[in-house]
Amino acid sequence: MADGPVAEVLLQRLEAADGGLDSAELAAELGVEHQTVVGAVKSLQALGEIIEAELRSTKRWELTTEGEEIAREGSHEARVFRSVPPEGLPQSELMRLPSGKVGFSKAMSNKWIRVDKSAADGPRVFRVVDSVEDEVQRRLQLVQGGQAEKLGEKERSELRKRKLLTEVNLKTYWVSKGSAFSTSISKQETELSPEMISSGSWRDRPFKPYNFSAHGVLPDSGHLHPLLKVRTQFRQIFLEMGFTEMPTDSYIESSFWNFDALFQPQQHPARDQHDTFFLRDPAQAQQLPMDYVHRVKRTHSQGGYGSQGYKYNWKLDEARKNLLRTHTTSASARALYRLAQKKPFTAAKYFSIDRVFRNETLDATHLAEFHQIEGVVADHGLTLGHLMGVLREFFTKLGITQLRFKPTYNPYTEPSMEVFSYHQGLKKWVEVGNSGIFRPEMLLPMGLPENVSVIAWGLSLERSQVSSPSSATSSANRQLMMLEGKSGPYFSSLDSSIDILKKRAQELIENINESRQKDHALMTNFRDSLRIKVSDLTEKLEERMYQIYNHHNKIIQEKLQEFTQKMAKISHLETELKEVCHSVETMYKDLCGQPEATTLEEEQTHKDSEC
Amino acid sequence: MPTVSLKRDLLFRALGRTYTDEEFDELCFEFGLELDEITSEKEIISKEQGNEKAQGASDVVLYKIDVPANRYDLLCLEGLVRGLRVFKERIKAPMYKRVIPNGEIQKLIITEETAKIRPYAVVAVLRNIKFTKDRYESFIELQEKLHQNICRKRALVAIGTHDLDTLSGPFTYTAKKPSDIKFKPLNKTKEYTACELMNIYKTDNHLKHYLHIIENKPLYPVIYDSNGVVLSMPPVINGHHSKITVNTRNIFIECTGTDFTKAKIVLDIIVTTFSEYCENQFTVEAAEVVFPNGKLHTFPELAYRKEMVRADLINKKVGIRETPENLAKLLTRMCLKSEVIGDGNQIEIEIPPTRADIIHACDIIEDAAIAYGYNNIQMTLPKTYTIANQFPLNKLTELLRHDMAAAGFTEALTFALCSQEDIADKLGLDISATKAVLISNPKTAEFQVARTTLLPGLLKTIAANRKMPLPLKLFEISDIVIKDSSRDVGARNYRHLCAVYYNKNPGFEIIHGLLDRIMQLLDVPPGEKKGGYVIRASEGPAFFPGRCAEIFARGQSIGKLGVLHPDVITKFELTMPCSCVEINIEPFL
Repeated sequence: MADGPVAEVLLQRLEAADGGLDSAELAAELGVEHQTVVGAVKSLQALGEIIEAELRSTKRWELTTEGEEIAREGSHEARVFRSVPPEGLPQSELMRLPSGKVGFSKAMSNKWIRVDKSAADGPRVFRVVDSVEDEVQRRLQLVQGGQAEKLGEKERSELRKRKLLTEVNLKTYWVSKGSAFSTSISKQETELSPEMISSGSWRDRPFKPYNFSAHGVLPDSGHLHPLLKVRTQFRQIFLEMGFTEMPTDSYIESSFWNFDALFQPQQHPARDQHDTFFLRDPAQAQQLPMDYVHRVKRTHSQGGYGSQGYKYNWKLDEARKNLLRTHTTSASARALYRLAQKKPFTAAKYFSIDRVFRNETLDATHLAEFHQIEGVVADHGLTLGHLMGVLREFFTKLGITQLRFKPTYNPYTEPSMEVFSYHQGLKKWVEVGNSGIFRPEMLLPMGLPENVSVIAWGLSLERSQVSSPSSATSSANRQLMMLEGKSGPYFSSLDSSIDILKKRAQELIENINESRQKDHALMTNFRDSLRIKVSDLTEKLEERMYQIYNHHNKIIQEKLQEFTQKMAKISHLETELKEVCHSVETMYKDLCGQPEATTLEEEQTHKDSEC
Repeated sequence: MPTVSLKRDLLFRALGRTYTDEEFDELCFEFGLELDEITSEKEIISKEQGNEKAQGASDVVLYKIDVPANRYDLLCLEGLVRGLRVFKERIKAPMYKRVIPNGEIQKLIITEETAKIRPYAVVAVLRNIKFTKDRYESFIELQEKLHQNICRKRALVAIGTHDLDTLSGPFTYTAKKPSDIKFKPLNKTKEYTACELMNIYKTDNHLKHYLHIIENKPLYPVIYDSNGVVLSMPPVINGHHSKITVNTRNIFIECTGTDFTKAKIVLDIIVTTFSEYCENQFTVEAAEVVFPNGKLHTFPELAYRKEMVRADLINKKVGIRETPENLAKLLTRMCLKSEVIGDGNQIEIEIPPTRADIIHACDIIEDAAIAYGYNNIQMTLPKTYTIANQFPLNKLTELLRHDMAAAGFTEALTFALCSQEDIADKLGLDISATKAVLISNPKTAEFQVARTTLLPGLLKTIAANRKMPLPLKLFEISDIVIKDSSRDVGARNYRHLCAVYYNKNPGFEIIHGLLDRIMQLLDVPPGEKKGGYVIRASEGPAFFPGRCAEIFARGQSIGKLGVLHPDVITKFELTMPCSCVEINIEPFL
């Protein structure tokens, strides 16, 4: 019980006391273990502001077991002295006494006894003085009486050396009245139970306050990958803007669709083994739309559609080479080619978000595969101003409003513009995407009408996490670090400059410090609540235990009574039966002739054993 | 994107004014350049090799500027300054002129042996040039930049520049057996045969990258003068005899290569850029090349081409409303001298030999837009009305992902490329049985194949997250790739769903329960009847015997589930039992 007898007494004493009381003193006064008082203090503490307890630690001298024995029965040397009668004692006999060995040498050095080695039956011990003063016993009795301070430092340390005294650290509580002090405390309920609701007993019961600064228990849950959450957001934005998703479900692409169709010349560095993953098997694309291929070949090698072309020897074998697509623009090219085959032309808005591959060695700023986001609008009379307008809407939806555009060069767009946004955190303009109007040399061979323009833009999903303030999903809870544990590079392709790194390091340190502080607070909190919980729990358990004991005792008592009654009955019945048997036996003996007697007897024994 | 490193003070002197870093950055941005870094030689060395090495290095401020990959005319100080000054209307774009010398014209004769190795060569002469140390360094640097970019590391074109006064024409460009070529190469003190040189340069950090271009060929290209002096052995090294110095006055330039068009462009860029320092500014002395078929060409071409673009087309493509006169003025600022002709709407544009990047009207339109200022263009929304549609497979994937997470599984994102070991050996399969596509040129063993199953990625993710509290419940819905000869590229993707449960117990029932939940979501009832799903005892090398089942849905096998084989678990460096399910979700579209 939280307000067990000790706690109750404690409260009563506290009410009477002036200021407060010491737990150890109380224990001594009540004649109970100090630990019992401490338990009462803790359980009272758990009830709120009833008492205040301040932990004090005092040093105290205590007797060892041997010390207690000496305080009771005298020192070994005194006992030896007392056991020597005036006429002396053989030394061998003395040595057999319990205190013999230790007591003999001490008594000798105290010059209380002497040994006469010339005695007839071996060495004999005699008293030297008539009476002795047992100083050791007196001192130990002083300590036992709590007056250890009356002894000098030297005396104490001597006793300690003889292992008769030890110094113990005593942790006690100085208990004083709390702001909500009361001697009448009733047991507080921890939780509402169905029984309380049905019986209505909750109305009369006090409830223990919650510790609201404690942390909750995290729910058991699955999570979506943070990067793919951002992918979902981007899909949503495109869908809101009326863009249709292109099929991008082929990682393998021919060089033709990946490069040639985009008017990217065959000697372009991107087509180098160093930058692109080519395939060994299947090494070549077997089917290409040959009509279209010829138009592409002519545009590259000789020009046409108003273009000078690149004037080089275009090779079909080079176009057949299979690779892992280096951009999703290959899928856009296929989509636009399909669009071009539909007559009459209908305007289209397309988007895709999917994986692309580059032949890189993994490090902090390079990934061999990442996600590309691409948007495409095909319509009559689209302008650079339209491209910028669409980009503004797109980035506004991402929470990026400050945009500017830089001329750049892309092999398959002209004009081309890089999109920069002002990064509030980095205090500088960072590139967030690339865009442009597809070259006529790419569109016209597909069969798109001459006055149709196609504007397009692309960005990296991984990079957008860094640059976009809103899309950076702060999934604070325990996210598994995916991508074979290398999540770092997946999100940090932007940060190359040392400044940014320094800033990040600083932020990291701050984060660490902050979380350490949190940890500390958490641990303190945890310790406190654990302490309360544990003392609560043990009390409850104890209470329950005693209840069960009582209950069991009762049952045992009852059963035992029943048992003895039964046993008495059985023995009674047994004697009765024996008597019956006996009379039956005599009856038969009397009634029947001798010859049958044996069989009857046999039968009788059987019956006996059956009884 | 090539980066040009320029001394800031030299740059400002050439530009005729100074800028703050911010102002210059702004100018670059507007023009389509990027001021990438402000540094110094000292800073670069100390960053790369430590502070001690940087002692005594120059601390002249350097601007590192990113130049668009197709603007070869901006790859050095001279070209960049000319471009910017014309852009800011400080000067007019120069007219480059090819002149026929009064005396004998220099001549290079190409023999037919070159046809198989490096068939093209073009030549020109810069007469009475005046170098300074900076100009000389810039001249060498430009060649290096061209070699690295348009020349594709000398594979397409290689440049040789020579002190003409040390040589005597006509020159011969031929190809010989390596053992028959012997000369004193640049910066060496004695003669070597070509074979010896190839060995020597194997350890040369700069030249070793170019050896492969001719290494295994029976004949090496070589250029001689009329006295048998070796000018160069392209694309590897020049002769020492004709080495140019700061004091060289007459330069003979030869560009050899496999791409005639690019060789001509490279020659044009070099001569136009440095003719500025000739006594007769912007003039280049012509030279002749006799091809094996006997045809004679004069170089450099320095061709000016006229293009006609209607003003309203430019306005329409950019989204502006400028008068034809203004547009002509804008284009002229981009080194494209333009004037309004004809009906007053037609603009005639002269494309100079420096602007090989202009191959279509759209390139001209871009330059007009740059001169107008991208950020001055009015943003408008296109009036393109369309109805959005999701790609059905992705729509299904999105729906399933959310429900998988709601079922308590955590989504992983793993690489689509992996090692052969991951998809074959570690799963107890032979690589040929996987029908995997193979990558021919991976840089690391991590990227040998495209995955044929999502399982290895998830197991590797678990291995990397062993510290997390058990159980680990992961899933991924993504594509795998299988060879398929019916597809144009010979392979196709399949959208797979894979989930793993990793704990102290195998938890087959949990994975099985997840499958049941997925089927419930997909509206596929359990049972043998049409449209339902069942699982039947099966086996697979990746699974523990007797703990594997094949999943049939809508009449076809869609995947397997089961408890992983201890060998598989161990090979992925895991220690706990693990069960998994992997299915193809495409039948449920």
